[in-house]
Amino acid sequence: MVFQTTIMSKIQTIAQDAKNAAAKLGIQKFDIYGSTVDETSVQVDSGEPQQMKASQRSGVTVRVWNGGTVGVTSTTDVDPVGLELALKTAFEASAFGATENVPDFSPEATAPIADHKAPAATTSTVEKLLSTLVGAEKALLESHAAITAIPYNGLAERALERFYINSNGATRHESHAVASVYLYTKTEQENKKPRSAGAFRVGYGVDELDIKACVKEAADKTISHLDYEKIQTGKYRVVFSPEAILGLVGAFGNLFNAQSILDNQSLSTAESLGEVISSPLLSLSDDALHPENIGAETFDGEGTPTRRTPLITNGVLTSFIHSAGTAKRMNTTPTGNASMGAKVGVSRNFLHLFAGEPSTETYSLETAENVILVDELSALHAGVQSLQGSFSLPFDGWLVNKGVRTSIDSATIAGDIREVLKAIIFVEPETHFTGSGVAPYVWVEGLSITGG
Amino acid sequence: MAYEQSPTIEPTPHPSAHSMLATPLLITREIPNLTYSATPRCFDESWEAPLSTLLGLGRAAGADFIEFFLERVNYISCMAEDDVISSIAPKLSTGAGVRVFLGKADCYVSTNDLSFNGLKAALEKALGIMGLTLPSAMSFVPEINLEILRDYATKRNKASWLDNSSSMQEMSDVLLAANDTLLKKATHVRSRKAAYFRDWQEMMVAASDGTFARDIRLTQSVGYSLLCEEGSNRSNINKRVGSTSDPAFLRTWDYAFDAEEVSESAGKMLYADYVESGDYPIVMANQFGGVIFHEACGHLLETTQIERKTSPFMDKKGQKIAHENLTAWDEGLTKDAFGTIDMDDEGMPAQRTLLIENGILKNFISDRAGSMRTGHPRTGSGRRQGYTHAAASRMRNTYIAPGKFTTDELFASIDKGIYCKKMGGGSVGATGEFNFAVDEAYLIENGKLTKPLKGATLIGEAVDVMQKISMSSQDLGLAAGFCGSVSGSVYVTVGQPHLKVDSITVGGR
Repeated sequence: MVFQTTIMSKIQTIAQDAKNAAAKLGIQKFDIYGSTVDETSVQVDSGEPQQMKASQRSGVTVRVWNGGTVGVTSTTDVDPVGLELALKTAFEASAFGATENVPDFSPEATAPIADHKAPAATTSTVEKLLSTLVGAEKALLESHAAITAIPYNGLAERALERFYINSNGATRHESHAVASVYLYTKTEQENKKPRSAGAFRVGYGVDELDIKACVKEAADKTISHLDYEKIQTGKYRVVFSPEAILGLVGAFGNLFNAQSILDNQSLSTAESLGEVISSPLLSLSDDALHPENIGAETFDGEGTPTRRTPLITNGVLTSFIHSAGTAKRMNTTPTGNASMGAKVGVSRNFLHLFAGEPSTETYSLETAENVILVDELSALHAGVQSLQGSFSLPFDGWLVNKGVRTSIDSATIAGDIREVLKAIIFVEPETHFTGSGVAPYVWVEGLSITGG
Repeated sequence: MAYEQSPTIEPTPHPSAHSMLATPLLITREIPNLTYSATPRCFDESWEAPLSTLLGLGRAAGADFIEFFLERVNYISCMAEDDVISSIAPKLSTGAGVRVFLGKADCYVSTNDLSFNGLKAALEKALGIMGLTLPSAMSFVPEINLEILRDYATKRNKASWLDNSSSMQEMSDVLLAANDTLLKKATHVRSRKAAYFRDWQEMMVAASDGTFARDIRLTQSVGYSLLCEEGSNRSNINKRVGSTSDPAFLRTWDYAFDAEEVSESAGKMLYADYVESGDYPIVMANQFGGVIFHEACGHLLETTQIERKTSPFMDKKGQKIAHENLTAWDEGLTKDAFGTIDMDDEGMPAQRTLLIENGILKNFISDRAGSMRTGHPRTGSGRRQGYTHAAASRMRNTYIAPGKFTTDELFASIDKGIYCKKMGGGSVGATGEFNFAVDEAYLIENGKLTKPLKGATLIGEAVDVMQKISMSSQDLGLAAGFCGSVSGSVYVTVGQPHLKVDSITVGGR
């Protein structure tokens, strides 16, 4: 209760300071989105602390309406002087704001939000973070003689408070905590190339992190890549891991993004709803409040409640994700996917990919022959042409023959997302948690693989 | 060597010794009563007293080294989409970071609070994380004697940069005019964007070795993104240019020239075929083609990688690591280049660093922590995105030096290969494997460019490809870029003349 009272007191102070500054500047209509992050992280090297970081930072974005236009400014100065300067700068910027499709308060900024109770933030000592990570590093180094270093490792704890207020009286606030650990190995073996693999876990607190499982996954993956072979260039049946398929689908998020569609920056158009865009075996939702979403947020940057939005239902494009402005322009309701800015952004919250229509055929890595299991895609920022639909990406993975995995030396996978979605031949029933969502393994026919 | 923490028996300052000093020694218990008048909206000499006290406090607590980084940012971005200004977004921020070293371990704490008590709280937190505590109430706190403020901003007349850069009105006018020009030059246009940002940054560094320096940076960038479409064919071409010290940059932008280039490329790539995967000899264009060296070698010469033992070049100083044709530099000095800095984010003047000379590895790129942990000398390369990041060894303007061949000779040496005219982004992994995308490519047949190709990704290993850069042209060109790594995103230049790589794996269809 003390924690909540403190947050409310801080928000009320900011709200009152903003109201005072707005009145002084003659600003009638404004809203503010803000957040405070308190974060501590550690890295280790060979059993010793290497770098520890802590930060406490706050920031707000203010929007002011000036007749028919809107101006925006962000600032880290949330004292009365800083807020006044931000409001003044936003007011100045409003002279250059768009005169068409001007954003407004979300019609749902005061609607009830989900009763989503995240566990209260816990704080670990740095000593505890360090000893936990040193222990994990030691266990991973001892798991195989070839693993000689854990060059990338980290354990972090983060508490986040966020709020939204507007001059019509809307007030939202919430807080949550997240802890995360990652471990990436490097191997050295005579006459072999160094290999690397990793794993990560997230939880509500350090005590909730399954460190042992993280170590085991990193070790198992690394060991499986020690003996590697070049892959022959050609077309293969491919199985995407949950992380890989979510990464690929996420890279083409403009398919579902209403703002991208309105900006002509999408593979979809407003008329695409109802079209078949994938195999009927596939369904996909954006689900901010999914029970496995650690750090779920109950409202977006405009104060709109977040929710589950079906994007693909049995292969059919069902909905787009929206801000208040895009929803108004497309005559629908906002979906809780907005981020406040001079131009309101729209982005996914948490993807849930799952099996759609039942499969007539099932497949298993234990019996399949000559399939490529793609574990992790690299360089999504560079190898994806999101407006053309194409991708050509390096990956880590294995050639699998009747359950026997052979690590693949450097290789790329290429295709077109629209063809990939339609070439899905099996969506496994069991879903797995990844950082950006939950998904099962997904089987796709006939993708181009280039061996290095 | 680390100071011992204060003994259990509190020392009592000797009054006579105290009074003999020109400046009376501070005692811990007096700190809460101190008042400082540091200028709140400018980093100037008035910050010396509070910072030297805080640095002294950190040393008295037992830290080996302490550094404060203070930052104030006035950022604005503006975007024109088709014929409207869709976004104009100012962002104001202030903050500070304190870094504490004890032995080879370090801790970094950042805060938005630049008051004396705010900075002291950050220091105290950092000391606490390192297992150190503030000295007891009666302990001496000898202030750190900082050098006379090394003020690059004043000495190089940067004070007026912010006021003299483009107003919101000018940003809007230029971008709308640029987009209008693009529409006139391009065909099959689906969408047009012209985007600009201005990042004005004032920073101050004060450290317990006496470093005390201030600078102002004015980084600006503007560019196009053009999406063309005809039937099922699409092409998307981007171009961006940048500047680090010219307030008139936007108003003198030759957008007609860039519109011509972007339109021509988009027109050609609209009908491009997918590249056939395989191993090819390639010619890489100058300017942004330099991303190959940035990814495949530059990152692996940063002491950040040497510390982690993730660089195949870590023990190769003085040895041949590249084709004898290849000489490469990293520096922060080229006038107005995107990675140019007068001082790095640890207060050290930028250097010109010879990385590779005729294939021999000469130097690494090092920041303070990297130097301490690896033994390689600092090169003025400690860089960070902002106050929330600790500095790390990062590239600045990195390029391959011109060679002895003509560009025509490079093409003439290839029967069948690929011309990589415009590179996309890339990355390098923990094992030295790199990859990068090609946004605009052409097939080379018998020394001539024949048809446009799309969908190519180049993959390889740093050790391998460095030996295969066999021919360099004489047309060195630089290009502005953004580099993301452990200390956030920083502005860099990549560059090279036209290069021939004898063989590289090209991923495609």
